[in-house]
Amino acid sequence: MDFNLIISQAITQGIGVQAVIFALAAIGLNVHFGYTGLLNFGQAGFLAVGAYGLGVTVTTLGLSFWLGLVVGLGAAVVFALLLGIPTLRLRADYLAIVTIAAAEIIRLTARSVTLRDVFGGSDGINRFANEFYALNPFDSGLALGPINFSRNDLFVVVVGWILVAVACLIVFLSMRAPWGRVLKGIREDEDAVRSLGKNVYSYKLQALVLGGVLGCLGGFVFAVSSQSVQPDNYGTDLTFFAWAALILGGAARVFGPVLGSIIFWFLLVLFDVALSEAVRSGLITFIDGTQVGQIRFWILGLSLMLLMIFRPQGILGDKRELAFDVK
Amino acid sequence: MSSSATTASSARAALQSVPQEPGAAKPDPILVADSVTRTFGGLTAVDVAHFEVQRGAITALIGPNGAGKTTLFNLLTGFDKPDTGEWTFEGRNLAGTSAYKVARIGMVRTFQLTKALSKMSVLDNMRLGAPQQRGESFWTSLLPFTWASQEKEITAKARDLLRHFKLADKEDDFAGSLSGGQRKLLEMARALMVDPDLVMLDEPMAGVNPALKQSLLNHIRELRDDGTTVLFVEHDMDMVRDISDWVVVMGQGRIIAEGPPEQVMMSQAVIDAYLGEHHDTSLDTGEGQ
Amino acid sequence: MIPQSRRRSVALLAIVVGVLSALAVAMAPTAHADGAIIKGSISDPEDAPIAGVVFTVSNADGFNETTESDAEGAWVVEVPERGTYTIDIDTGTLPEGVTLTDPEKTSLTVTLLSGKKTVVFPTGEGSTGGESTVDRLLQLTVDGLVFGLVIALAGIGLSMIFGTTGLTNFSHGELVTFGAISTLIMNNFFELPFVLAAAAAMLLSALFGAFQDKILWLPLRKKGISLIAMLVVSIGLGIFLRYVYLFFLGGSTQQFREYSGQAGIAIGPVDITPKIIVATVIAIAAITAVLLWLGYSRIGKASRAISDNPALASASGINVERVINVVWAVGAGMAGLSGVLYAMNIGVTWLMGFQILLLVFASVILGGLGTAAGALVGALIVGVLIQVSTLIIPTELKNVGALFIMIVILLFRPQGLLGRSERVG
Repeated sequence: MDFNLIISQAITQGIGVQAVIFALAAIGLNVHFGYTGLLNFGQAGFLAVGAYGLGVTVTTLGLSFWLGLVVGLGAAVVFALLLGIPTLRLRADYLAIVTIAAAEIIRLTARSVTLRDVFGGSDGINRFANEFYALNPFDSGLALGPINFSRNDLFVVVVGWILVAVACLIVFLSMRAPWGRVLKGIREDEDAVRSLGKNVYSYKLQALVLGGVLGCLGGFVFAVSSQSVQPDNYGTDLTFFAWAALILGGAARVFGPVLGSIIFWFLLVLFDVALSEAVRSGLITFIDGTQVGQIRFWILGLSLMLLMIFRPQGILGDKRELAFDVK
Repeated sequence: MSSSATTASSARAALQSVPQEPGAAKPDPILVADSVTRTFGGLTAVDVAHFEVQRGAITALIGPNGAGKTTLFNLLTGFDKPDTGEWTFEGRNLAGTSAYKVARIGMVRTFQLTKALSKMSVLDNMRLGAPQQRGESFWTSLLPFTWASQEKEITAKARDLLRHFKLADKEDDFAGSLSGGQRKLLEMARALMVDPDLVMLDEPMAGVNPALKQSLLNHIRELRDDGTTVLFVEHDMDMVRDISDWVVVMGQGRIIAEGPPEQVMMSQAVIDAYLGEHHDTSLDTGEGQ
Repeated sequence: MIPQSRRRSVALLAIVVGVLSALAVAMAPTAHADGAIIKGSISDPEDAPIAGVVFTVSNADGFNETTESDAEGAWVVEVPERGTYTIDIDTGTLPEGVTLTDPEKTSLTVTLLSGKKTVVFPTGEGSTGGESTVDRLLQLTVDGLVFGLVIALAGIGLSMIFGTTGLTNFSHGELVTFGAISTLIMNNFFELPFVLAAAAAMLLSALFGAFQDKILWLPLRKKGISLIAMLVVSIGLGIFLRYVYLFFLGGSTQQFREYSGQAGIAIGPVDITPKIIVATVIAIAAITAVLLWLGYSRIGKASRAISDNPALASASGINVERVINVVWAVGAGMAGLSGVLYAMNIGVTWLMGFQILLLVFASVILGGLGTAAGALVGALIVGVLIQVSTLIIPTELKNVGALFIMIVILLFRPQGLLGRSERVG
């Protein structure tokens, strides 16, 4: 059992690309659910839309990477509006169903054979991030104690955390301003907020767009880091991981999703690698390598359940502020 | 600020010439409604032929449970859609206007079941009420210097109102920790942050302890004295008699009587509406409100 | 189907879990190839997999390998490096009556840039002679009704549980899968005759449902936890159950020992297998039984009373928690039956329930959340719509159509066709 490997992997991943992706997805979700009370279970759809916007622009249309980013952001905004305009009048659980359905529609469309020429079918799109990596200022990777990053990964991780910082700043500024105050009011009682002259519907749309755009940034990081966009990576699993990260860290707190993402990913990888090592070194014989990857989902499922039952405010949250009442 | 006695009597004076019949026209109406109806699956909740509210007066809207008072409130303020009806506020046609726009135009209502935002602090509740906040737009929210000074003004106004309503020491508490009566006061104070021209209070006395009731009554009088029109729904007949300049009685969705409090309370039609029991107890006729 | 005591449900569940654990050895999941691969799957026009079809993968550098499709119609070839490859299909190895959509295209060229490439040779779809649109419409309608019954069985339970407890159960699909897996174990492992196996599976599903309610949902309701929180808990439970199923079942589709392959019989222009006819009859019988039960039995009426007004129901002497427990048992039993019937069509997979969950939601919303009859009507409409829509839209996107319809319904008539006009926003 290589304990060094286990710890170093866990720490590296805990601050690595996956943690960044989920942090961005969860920050977006925090805007939706933590601050506004919108039950968005289709966050993966926003990441997909951003990633595909980027990939299609570069690979299928042959245009520049930077234009691809603009297209991805635009697509996220459009998706948010398409999703929000008809559905924001719906009750919480209906919104949950609709958002899952919308994300699934995106995924099924992207992986379809019919549109394979545009979206690459189930294999997806690759090799569109060369312009990004050309800007890499690092000469070599990072090997610092338990942390190990290749040269390219290091670049992505650094840019990724900068994006996370920007996202947190936006959330911090907007939520402490009157704009955020309106959202918090809406979270609790829309009619009360209406009676004070605020256009509740418009605010909900704005929240949906903001959270969607932040999630879309996560899609960019995902796509660039793996140099590919594959439809099955943007399924419900991604959304559920983001939810777990958000709730663990603490909804309606600026750093809740970031903290939750880092810790959740750290623990997950720790468990994964430790179990893999145990299997590999013969300590555990009744499961094999592929099954280790499945057990991480047991943890995900159980974590969601236990968190919601026993500590829905997570690490940083305030129980009195929670958005968990039915509207 | 004119003294209470002068304004009350001037309000009464203006209304003296108004005939005491349902749908009577008022000398200076701030709100005029026509043919407002609302049915719920065959049940007529509201059927008001004509309704006018006098500017600058305190009007009480009374009637047994199920008479349609809250439904009428909901319809006039855009929280519900009528089957038919038109109404104007300050001359502006409001039919079909959504709730938040009605509030912006100057007609603000409170709720029967208080909607104090319990997960926010008292002060935040108040600040939420202020209109035209620059910081409420997303892009300016990211630049604190654009809204910081206005926020200070709003906070000062909020604190002023809280002091007035004796809630000042609770400003940082979660609104959920307030008593029922205090929450009613908070909701009224919050509604005033909007600087409304017409305040519609839905059972402002319900659940309020007697000590606070007097304070509330005084606040409502002050509102009128400052020029704000008040329309309120109540079951507490002592209160109605105490402060209202005009009383409108609803029964089974219709307006069945109007007039100064002393006369209206005696009218046979009104007594019949309440089925002749205790005059300050309302009977449930079993119909939805 | 009424559980006598908690102990019996626990004991039975322990047996099931123990058996599933033992099967972990027997059903080891297959490892997938590392490195660059080219793979594909071949199926007939009815989407059933075809085994034994020969494929040859070659490139300009002399690499040449031949392989055959397996029982799932899947085939895979490891290739030494990235680059351009040619894949040829030996049409002589296709079964009788099955031809490629484009008979000229027996050879495909692909460029491998990432670690794997999937190649598809489509079959059927209009090239098998002379099927008129009306015939196809009839066939699709019948297929749709059958599928609709599968959805209806699951949807009725979902609707009943929502009606009495307010829970939007995102783990309902796992009850469906549970029924299929239980039947698999009974039929294949314990070698019970299929009908007995299915019946036992239905009973086990009912007990599983009652068990879930007793140890999870009832305590949560008592704790006063909000409905949104319960929704998220159900999502977590669903994830957990799905991956437990995957862990023990493996990733590939399993078939029942009996009734897996069957030749279709023609009734007019419509092709249908005897097992499906039997399944349909059973489904209709079960649905009718439940609707009658809801309408006329004491507990059925009590459950509707609880849906309408829980406080009033409780005040009038109904033992609300006991009725809810029965509703969970019946709903779960129906879902289990749905799983059995669905598996007769597509085999048993760990994801089967989750894959139809959104469709079940769509049908329940269409028909009216909270009404059992609505669930039935909605399910039949969704089932037929999905199948018939393939006349216009590609088969792979047929679910998209149903999901769109659901969103549209929620916009214009959120209470569904038969639901009460209550506030949904």
